[in-house]
Amino acid sequence: MTAATAPARTRPFWRLALLHARLGFVETVRIPIAVLGNLLFPALALLFFVVPQRAVAGDPTNALVAVAQLGTFAVMSTCLFSFGAGVSEDRQQPFDPYLRTLPAGPGPRLTGRVLNGLLWSYFALVPVVLVGWLLTSAALTGTQALLCAALVVAVAVPFLLLGLAIGYRLSAKAAIAVVQAVLFPLAFAGGLFMPPSVFPPWLDTVSQALPSRAVRDLVVDVTAGVDAYPLALPVLLGWTALFAVLAVLAYRSDEGRRFR
Amino acid sequence: MGDELQARSRAAADVRPPAHRADTTPDTARPGTARPGTARPDVDPRGDHHGAVVELEHVTRRFGSVVALDDVSLTVGAGELVGLLGPNGAGKTTLLSLVNGLRRPDSGTVRLFGGDPRDARSRLALGSTPQETGLPPTLRVSEVVALVAGHYPSPMPTGELLDRFGLGDLARRQTGGLSGGQKRRLAVALALVGRPRVVLLDEPTTGLDVEGRHVLWQALRDYHADGATVLLTSHYLEEVEALAERVVVVGHGRVLTDGRLADVLALVTRRRVLVTLPADALTLVERLPAVETLDVVERPDGVRLTLLAADADELVRTLVARDVPFRDLEVRGASLEEAFLALTARDVALADGTLAHLEPRS
Repeated sequence: MTAATAPARTRPFWRLALLHARLGFVETVRIPIAVLGNLLFPALALLFFVVPQRAVAGDPTNALVAVAQLGTFAVMSTCLFSFGAGVSEDRQQPFDPYLRTLPAGPGPRLTGRVLNGLLWSYFALVPVVLVGWLLTSAALTGTQALLCAALVVAVAVPFLLLGLAIGYRLSAKAAIAVVQAVLFPLAFAGGLFMPPSVFPPWLDTVSQALPSRAVRDLVVDVTAGVDAYPLALPVLLGWTALFAVLAVLAYRSDEGRRFR
Repeated sequence: MGDELQARSRAAADVRPPAHRADTTPDTARPGTARPGTARPDVDPRGDHHGAVVELEHVTRRFGSVVALDDVSLTVGAGELVGLLGPNGAGKTTLLSLVNGLRRPDSGTVRLFGGDPRDARSRLALGSTPQETGLPPTLRVSEVVALVAGHYPSPMPTGELLDRFGLGDLARRQTGGLSGGQKRRLAVALALVGRPRVVLLDEPTTGLDVEGRHVLWQALRDYHADGATVLLTSHYLEEVEALAERVVVVGHGRVLTDGRLADVLALVTRRRVLVTLPADALTLVERLPAVETLDVVERPDGVRLTLLAADADELVRTLVARDVPFRDLEVRGASLEEAFLALTARDVALADGTLAHLEPRS
């Protein structure tokens, strides 16, 4: 953060952030298998579970809801994996503490990571959107599509913060387990696999307190025009604030690896 | 490469010796004035701090119940080449991690160019290496250099840097495909890419073959000759001998010895002479010239003495000539490890106060 505001001669914030983003991207793309599963899973789910059900796939609103849910899942899972598992893996490499000795605060590297994560979130959406567009009745107007592109950022922020909190707090092995333990229940109970309309009432109530549900309803609201429950936005903002605090605390308490 | 190098040597030649002490910049004066940016390891003409590049004052750092550094004070002035010597686990790496801002001390203060090393601005003229040659395996050599260089105001051109370290042909290679020695050289090259005024090197040549080691040493000597301050850790005496002017021996988290290379070497190249004496003969030995008493162990049949002598033959001759009633004579070379142990033992003895009369004379 110092780099951004201080009058000192550390390198310009954005230049460094873009440098980190670019090389982070290169690093990821050279091991494509690491991201491939992540990119394909939501599209495959759409293909196998939604497309064959004509009642859903053939109905413009239902199809759009299904695509929106899985698209939200794609962004959420990209964020949790690349920030939760990715950060903790990086922290175990000796190169990570080394980067912290360079003359820059944590800001540029973190920003680079966020930019990289957002980019991969968009990539993760491509297969889902393609399947939805070509094989279901889902359709968006140009304005809606633009709005959705902006919405990706809003969906990504809380989950990348949660990912950071996990990544800076836990070792790589623990982080992967925790990410998975968080991701799937959160996705399921948030109505990202099945719409909340089929939930039993108790699950629907619990669901409304979850960040995944709040995000899902807001996305569905924008895309398919199905009204979100009234508390969706406050719930989402509350979780986002909490995750931000956890992420900052985790970063502060981290001094690289715990042993000498 | 040629012009750049020449320019630098010229700059260094112009300013070095007398101006050296002024190499640092007070933290407050830096932003507007100090061109940490030029980061040439030469001189900031305005800096008139107290000449210290690195300063530790009563620093203690624990890891759980382990005390890694125990009330350490150390000052490194501009242009010094200091070797931190000590066995594994002595606290050398911890010390460096405090100086490069990676960790903070539990108590005491650490300053880098007069500022807090945890502030990024203080690190503009600092160069260090990744540990264990850990480099992102999928990135190319030139990409890693670009990533690090991007953090500094006037980095060395990648080509020049890689040539300096004999890596010119490997720029497009992914670091995962480099040999251990190449990785090690790249790691040290990364420490210099920002033209830092102080370089921290943790075991820079571990795992290198003889030739690679000499190439690296030469690169470091050149860089130091340009006016940079270098602080390196090693547990190889040979390395410290080849590079350092000043040696700081660390053990059990404390500074055991801090002196000129020659003095520390003298300590190490001495011989240990062990003899058993009747207790009343102790004073005979203590008065001998050029002998240090390292250890005294009381035994039922007398005392077991460990002496440190520059010339063991001479000592034995003297013992015989003076009719000292010794038994069980042993002569050993004092290895570096033994020198550490000796220093540690003496340190403890002195701290206890019980053996204060055994304090070595010079």
